[in-house]
Parts: sequence; structure tokens; C-alpha cells
Amino acid sequence: MTYRVGQRVRIAARPHEGHHRTPAYCKGKTGRIERIHASFPNPETRAYGEDGLPEQRLYSVGFNPGDFRVSVDIYEHWLEDAE
Amino acid sequence: MSEHHDHDHPHEPIAGDGVPAAARAQALEELLVEKGIVSRTEVREEIDWLVSRSPADGARLVARAWVDPEFKQRLLADAREAALELGLDPGPSPVVLAVENTEAVHHMVVCTLCSCYPRALLGPPPDWYKSLPYRSRAVSDPRGVLTEFGVELDEDVELRVLDSTANIRYLVVPRRPSGTEELDEEELAALVTRDSMIGVSRPAVPA
Repeated sequence: MTYRVGQRVRIAARPHEGHHRTPAYCKGKTGRIERIHASFPNPETRAYGEDGLPEQRLYSVGFNPGDFRVSVDIYEHWLEDAE
Repeated sequence: MSEHHDHDHPHEPIAGDGVPAAARAQALEELLVEKGIVSRTEVREEIDWLVSRSPADGARLVARAWVDPEFKQRLLADAREAALELGLDPGPSPVVLAVENTEAVHHMVVCTLCSCYPRALLGPPPDWYKSLPYRSRAVSDPRGVLTEFGVELDEDVELRVLDSTANIRYLVVPRRPSGTEELDEEELAALVTRDSMIGVSRPAVPA
């Protein structure tokens, strides 16, 4: 699924064995798509010598944990529609 | 003491960090060279390139953006192209994204997972940037972190923390200090500190 800027999304809370770029502190958080960066090879397979294909779209996802906003870069396969 | 560990009290965790980082890095390098993935020359050239970078390059981008609004728009749209325009080396593939601090919004940058940083334009990251306290507190108590760096934001300023977890490297374009109207671009660049381009401090004030 492709997400659009402004769309509400949840960052998947699933555990993952091995290298991945979704920090624990933001798993399960709901936020909005702030920016669609581009597509990049998947680091979860690239880290183990594979080609990282298919590429994953990378988004900036913003959420407010307090009196500030965190914008974290998350690959598409870690996002869920929350609308 | 038994060699079978058959006692019932809990152990101190066997810390992975007990292996000194340098020894681990050296072992990795040996393996990569042995497997033909990199050569020692490539490793040396990469280190030479990394340590040759400095925040002076980022400062040139910021100073030009301060004096040339059209350049600023190009920088915010495509920092790589803007760097090339000034004859700077934007480095290999990671995408650099410049973000502007304004009266209304203050950005600061962290990599909570490791130490992702726009090294091509800022040089090697400072040690504190790689430390666990900065990486955890930047996303849990960023105002407290800013206070320790000497930055107090007005309450109506929106604070945005950018966590560069993946392929994007962020460069903060700080606000131009007041009282710098008479300075030329080179004098302005001298005010642009490394930390102000990470978003944890403001540019120096003119002497």
C-alpha cells in the first residue's frame, strides 16, 4: 500500500529478529505521513549480503510524544493504515 | 568454582560490549579483506575522505542561503545539487535534506539507532551525538537537551526532532543572527557552528 502526505498511519509494533531500521520507541505509535522521501533497497536483507530488492518506499512519519514532534524515517512495510 | 555453572544465583549479563570496539572493527576488516569484499586501500581511502570533511562546507551552504533567498530555496529543495553548485562534495549516495529553522519552527537532528549524520558536509559527528544519553533523550526530553546546550525556545516555537533512521541525512539551516546585516558571506560562514547545523545550538554571535 502506498501512503499519501497527511495520511494517518500506525508504525507496526511487530518484533523483528535481526537488523532493521525501525526504532523500538516508535513501534505502535500513530502519526501522519509528513514526506515521501524515495525508494531504497531494504536494509533488512541488504545487511545479510542480499540485494535488498524489492526496494521499499521511505516515509517521514511525524507524531507528538509531548510538547514536541518527532519525525522518524520509516520504510513502507512497517506502516499500517490508521484512518 | 565449578566449571559447569551449576550454582543458582543470577549472573551479571555477559556484556557484548566487553569486546573493545577497536578489536571488533579490526576483526571485521580482516574478514572483509579476506573475503575480497573490500581492499585495504579502499578502507584507507574511505577513512582519508571521512576525516578530510569538515563543518566548514556545511557553513558555506548556510551562509550562502542567508544572503541569497533563491539559493536557499534550491538548498531546501535539493541539498546535493546546491552543494555541487558551490563546488562542494556532497558525498556518496545518502540523500541530504536541508531543513530551515525559523521564528516558528526549530529542528534538531538525532540518529536514535546509531550515528547517521551528514558527514560529507559536516565531517565526523561529535562523540556526544553518538552517545546513548543524547540518542535517547533527544526523542524523550529534547527541550531538556536544548537547555543543556544553552538554547531556550519560546513556548510558541514548535520543536521538531528529526530521527535519521534510514537513508536520509539532515542538515539544519539555523536562523541568521540579528546584527549581522553588515557581514559578508565569508564572515557569516564563520558564525555557523557545527552544533547549529545539528540544531542543538544557535550560530555564534558576531564579535
